Amino acid sequence: MRREFTVASHWKWLGVFALLLAVFLSALPVTAQEGGGEAVATRLRYEDENGDRQPVQGATVRVERDGETIGEGTTDAEGNFELPVPGPGSYTLILDLATIPDGVFIRESGREVAVVEVLLEQTGRAIFALSTTPTVSPEAGDVGGVVSFSMRALVQLTVEGIKLGLFLAMAAIGLSLIFGTTGLTNFAHGEMIGFGMLMAYFFNFFGLAGVFGFLSGLPPPFGAGVNLIIAIVIATALGGGLGWLMDRVIFMPLRTRGVSVIAQMVVTIGLAILIRYMYLFSFGGSPRFYADYTAQAGISIGMVTITPKDLISGLLSLMILVGVGLFLNYTRMGKAMRAVSDNRDLAESSGIDVQRVIRFVWVSGGALAALGGAFIGLSEQVAWNTGFRFLLLIFAGVILGGLGTAYGALVGCLLVGVGIQVSTLFIPTELKNVGALAVLILVLVFRPQGILGRAERIG
Amino acid sequence: MIDWGFIFEQSLAQAVDFNAIAFVLAAMGLNVHFGYAGLLNFGQIGFVAMGAYGFGLTVTLWGIESVFVAVVIGLLFTVAFSLILGIPTLRLRADYLAIVTIAAAEIVRLVARSTPMRNITRGAEGLNEFIDPFRSLNPFNPSGVYGFGPFQYRGQQVFVILVGWALVAICLLVVWQLMRSPWGRVVKAIREDEDAARALGKNAYWYKLQALMLGGALGGLAGMILAVGNATVQPDFYAAAQTFLFWLVLILGGVGRVWSPVVGAVIYWVLVTFIRNLGRQLVAAGMVPTSVMDTSQVDQIQFWIVGAALALLMVFRPQGIFGSREEMALDAR
Repeated sequence: MRREFTVASHWKWLGVFALLLAVFLSALPVTAQEGGGEAVATRLRYEDENGDRQPVQGATVRVERDGETIGEGTTDAEGNFELPVPGPGSYTLILDLATIPDGVFIRESGREVAVVEVLLEQTGRAIFALSTTPTVSPEAGDVGGVVSFSMRALVQLTVEGIKLGLFLAMAAIGLSLIFGTTGLTNFAHGEMIGFGMLMAYFFNFFGLAGVFGFLSGLPPPFGAGVNLIIAIVIATALGGGLGWLMDRVIFMPLRTRGVSVIAQMVVTIGLAILIRYMYLFSFGGSPRFYADYTAQAGISIGMVTITPKDLISGLLSLMILVGVGLFLNYTRMGKAMRAVSDNRDLAESSGIDVQRVIRFVWVSGGALAALGGAFIGLSEQVAWNTGFRFLLLIFAGVILGGLGTAYGALVGCLLVGVGIQVSTLFIPTELKNVGALAVLILVLVFRPQGILGRAERIG
Repeated sequence: MIDWGFIFEQSLAQAVDFNAIAFVLAAMGLNVHFGYAGLLNFGQIGFVAMGAYGFGLTVTLWGIESVFVAVVIGLLFTVAFSLILGIPTLRLRADYLAIVTIAAAEIVRLVARSTPMRNITRGAEGLNEFIDPFRSLNPFNPSGVYGFGPFQYRGQQVFVILVGWALVAICLLVVWQLMRSPWGRVVKAIREDEDAARALGKNAYWYKLQALMLGGALGGLAGMILAVGNATVQPDFYAAAQTFLFWLVLILGGVGRVWSPVVGAVIYWVLVTFIRNLGRQLVAAGMVPTSVMDTSQVDQIQFWIVGAALALLMVFRPQGIFGSREEMALDAR
């Protein structure tokens, strides 16, 4: 049964993997070129009730490096602030909220502090998102980031929560099934989510062949960027490929070698750090938007305002999740997946090719995670560490639903999504994720098997 | 041109500086958790943050100008944190503790840097004015330079370094003695076979909780060393990825050996400082074009190496440099 693992036969796969990463890394040398030495800059503006952009004059911005104040300044009549800094590196810009006009708020509390990476001979730009309402609800009037309670806000937040929950669930299914079939908690799953998001961004801006600089002159969809929809399809396919590679190159050899699950878990952590910092290296520290569909006017359906992109991506996720459910219930492979999750040895002895099932789980899980990541990037922003942030929420959802069960992941993630958004009625928005993680601990106290898990001994 | 002398000097100087000391203590805590008790703690940085904040808040929030009280309160913070994490998870499979600890460490950071907590933790700015009680104990001339060869430090630094290594020596002694005591044997027995230990009438849950508290307290001491060394407590320093630097240090030195955190931390800091300085100089000298990499990206490469080293060591040499394979909790459960 246990095959001997030979290093040599895997070098070619390692090569493929390295090539993929190298291709990804050669991408995205972004940030605008500007003359002169290094500086940090920002522009403070907000949209007033009429949708006009109003500059904020006289706001104080402090610049720090490694905890030491480098300088301070105020914004001019255009809302511009610029300060030369001693050299390239990471700088922290802190907006003094006491100096912005009354009635203008930072969109998400805590975001008055921005970290910018300043490259050689370039200006690092920080973004402070200001608005006239402190939070998502149009009726919110409460200061301090808590949405004031109203039926309308509740419905709106519930819908947004369901959307978030659907994205989470899509990304979580892979994690849950990989755990179910192999017993491995994959801490690198967040990087698979980030992969989809960043790949979609990349193809959206640089196109199919744009990876290779000398081909960038070609017309779209080759040299220049492709439409985001095509980019997301490509990203999803590549996400499946990444899942396949991770299993084929790393985890299948480890399994056949008899490396324990705990050691494999530490391997996933190492992998996660390696990949995440590759993202930071190639993508940079500041979050960005896709090229298409970024600014959309919301449409009103009943009490709810939702942008078309969110509506469509939410409905698509719902359809995909229903499809996954049907697949698990009615197809041969789906049944085999559940059988392997249930009892691996029994499944194997009844003639199921366990390795093939596991491979399938990795590929489909990777593709779903990538798609979920691409959708998350669409509804929020694209950033190098979004994957890790969402990984923790997915853990909360998966444990709430019951680790290792596909339906549990779905239910748990929906609950977490709704819980996160609705909780902003009671707690400040910047602490909403903390609430979800705290629930994670509470679930383990009272019902460690999760909502749908069976009450067997998991100790 | 590359100034090799400078690079080597820097690397050696970092090997005994307070960062290395903090890594020794934090990895020693992980060693108690993972090496001896088999607990998979992926959120050690949360304990470190608890220690640092407990120490700092004693002075800035409660105005108690006593280093002793600050240390005690910092340790109490870590004990409370251990209880919150341990009570729900220690009855469950090992990966639940891993997930909960990594999540809890993020909670600590997010709460500490949040605006509603600004009156207490000073938000993202962090704590800055707690250092005077510690510095008032400093017998060295703050502006003087002490040391020899590559090991030259200012008065304030020398004090932190000496206090830190003294602390390391005490902790090494405590861990060494504890692990060869009856208590340590029970903890190791639980790691090897929890059911067998329970059958002998040992309360495995309670022993694991104690181990979690002990390792967490060591992490808290690491946080205090970082706090006094940096003279500041910044929430974003305590990001989740930091935990895995401690893991690398532990696995590098060898899991389940008393000395391994010291060996691992010294090797880690020498290597990392060497690579970082070399990278910066290569970029500054134009040998690596800025289109490939700039100086701020050199620091990111460091994390690539950490991630890859962690994964590769775990696969090919899980016992590290000096560890023994028998002492590894890898196949338990």
